[in-house]
This record gives sequence, structure tokens and C-alpha cells, in this order.
Amino acid sequence: MMRDQKLWTWHVGAGVVILVLLGLHMTIMHLDAILEFTALNPAGGEPIDWQNVVARGKTLIFPVTYILLLGAALFHGLYGLRNILFELGPNSGLKKALSALLVVAGLGLFILGTWSALASFTLARSL
Amino acid sequence: MKDSTPKEVLYRVRRFEPGRDQVPHWQDFTIPRTPGMTVLDGLWTIKQTLDPSLSWRSSCRMGVCGSCGMLVNGRARLACNTQVTELGSGVVAVAPLPNFDIIRDLVPDLAPMFDSHAALMPYLVREDVAEQEKPTGEFAQSQEELEHYLQFSYCIKCGCCMAACPTVATDPVYSGPMPLGQAHRYNADGRDGGFARRREVLSGERGPWRCHFAGECSRVCPKGVDPAKAIQLMKRELVWDYIRLRKAPRPACVSPKPTEIRRRPDIPEAPARTI
Repeated sequence: MMRDQKLWTWHVGAGVVILVLLGLHMTIMHLDAILEFTALNPAGGEPIDWQNVVARGKTLIFPVTYILLLGAALFHGLYGLRNILFELGPNSGLKKALSALLVVAGLGLFILGTWSALASFTLARSL
Repeated sequence: MKDSTPKEVLYRVRRFEPGRDQVPHWQDFTIPRTPGMTVLDGLWTIKQTLDPSLSWRSSCRMGVCGSCGMLVNGRARLACNTQVTELGSGVVAVAPLPNFDIIRDLVPDLAPMFDSHAALMPYLVREDVAEQEKPTGEFAQSQEELEHYLQFSYCIKCGCCMAACPTVATDPVYSGPMPLGQAHRYNADGRDGGFARRREVLSGERGPWRCHFAGECSRVCPKGVDPAKAIQLMKRELVWDYIRLRKAPRPACVSPKPTEIRRRPDIPEAPARTI
């Protein structure tokens, strides 16, 4: 019976994780001129310059945070979508089917995203 | 100065008689407007002079009993607490509260609301049943503890919040603002120890999780209660509970009756207990 209490708590927790990691992302990407992140942008120029992206991609912290953000965003977004769909008034059988579909979609996207993050890490290390 | 107030008012009333009507329909009545006339007064005038079959629920006529909740000019209100002049129109459109089945005319079926209310144990839940049956004193409570729940205790269960709630309109499982607000009222009461038992209902689909904080329940409440706030506070308590950070207060202890205080002779003795 604790299912909704549990899911809501994780939903809120995922929101906090997104807030922190997206804040980090915005800081690194858009405040570089003010904060001068020379360690993160060793080639100088823009944070999205290829050499800077490769340099950041070589450190393990980036794929780890990508995967963490991906998991948090997927859970947060798909749980919210599930709530919206449930408000359309499906019967209990359809609710279970929708939940299963969203879990499968979420896991599929998580696996795909994780593979992408690890592949980019491997690629960056090889350059 | 000439009085420009119209002498008559048009009542547009939603009618439905089970067995005769397939769907509700509107019926118009024109009645004299009197000074200080409430929507409920107008309904009584219609019943006494035009159509004795018109049905609604009312009792106290003073915004206390919560019986006469209805949709007046598109907003859930107490008919007894709404002046016709405050509506600012010559037309008073009266319909039963939405989000409930209609029993007849303006009488909604409030039974599902009260079933949800009862399921959430809207009373003090304590281990010391004997003390509650035969009190030896009072449960101690400070003014600060009282204020944790005081405003929620003003709820008169009229159902206006349920009628205004968009989630109740779409989700038949959701308990709704009145039962949830009242569950919080008791969870927040320092004399209560029933959080764990109410959680059995609150942690599932009937709990506060589908509320998207539209705030309509609080806007329409005729008693100024803020059920939307109660629901958000309840969510917070349940989240803290899930991550084991909720401080579970012990239910207030019994404060024995004072023995050394003497009644002043100019104050009459209290009447004998009746229960």
C-alpha cells in the first residue's frame, strides 16, 4: 500500500537531483566567462568546442553525472506523465498496462542513454 | 435618492427528479427581492409560493451546519451564507454541487465523501482507550500545538471543496480535499497517535498524491479553511515518514485535574457532566 508514497518521495528526490545537476550544467556551460573554468575548458574558447568536450569527456565524473541525470530525469518525467495519463480515467487494468509500458520505455531509454554516455567516455579516452 | 435595486430576481434552478427525468434541466422562477435576502431565502420563497416539490438540503441557516452547499452562479457556496445582492446580477443560477451524483434537484449524494472521510479515521486515535472512555483529566496541549491544526478544525463538511476540486472531477479513487484535510487535522493534533493507521490509506491511491495544488478547494471554502495547504503539509509528513526522518511525537499525556485550586465564590459551580 505504500506504493504511491514511495513513488512520490522518489519523484521529489529526482527533482532535487535534476535541480542540482542541471544547475551544474548551466553553470559549466553558460557561466564559463565569469567563473573561468580553465580546468573544464583547457583549450580555451567556448565550453562546447570539440577539444573542451573531449577533455571533459575523459574524466569519469562526467559520464557518471550524465547517467545520474538521465535516470533522475526519466523517472521524474515518466512518473509525471503517468499521473497525467491516470487523470484521463483509465480502468485499473489499463492503469497497470500504462505503468508497465512506461517502465519498459524508461528502462529502454535509460539503457540507450547509459550506453551513449559510456561510449562517449570510451571514445574520449581513446583520443 | 431613488433605489435602483430591481424588485424581482430570476432564479434559474437545476431540476432533476429520478424516475421522471432522464437528465437534469433548468427551470426559471421569478420571485420578489427582499432586503438581506439570501440564496436560501429565495429557495424557500419558491418552495412556499411557486413549487413545493423543489428539493434541497439545509438546516441551520447560519453557515454552521454545512448542509446547503450548492453551485450558485458557477461557484460552490453555502446558500444560506450568500446574499443575492452580492452576486451582482439579476439572475441566480442554482445547481447541485458538481462531482457528486444527484439524488434530486439540488440534493447531491454526499455518501462517497463521508465514506472516504470515515476511512481516514477523523477522530483521536490513541492507545489509552480506557482514558478516553472515562477521562481522569485532560490531554495536555499548548497554544502552539493547537495552532498546528486549529484552522482545519473549522471545516463543516459542506462538500464545496470537493465540488471545486479538478482532481475529484477526474479521479474517482482520490479521496478529495475534505477527507484529506481532516486526516491532516488529526495527524497534526498533538493528542493523536493515529498517523501510522491513517498512513495505510494515505500512502496508496486514495492519498494526497494526485493533488496538483490548483487551490480551488481553499478558494471556495466558506469557512476560510485551507485544505490545499493541509494536503501539501500531509505530503511533506508522508515523505519524511518514508525516508524515516519524521519525528513521531508521542500523543499528549493526561494532565490531571487540578486539586489545589479553589473556585472563587462569585463564580457559579459548573454543571454536572452529561456524558
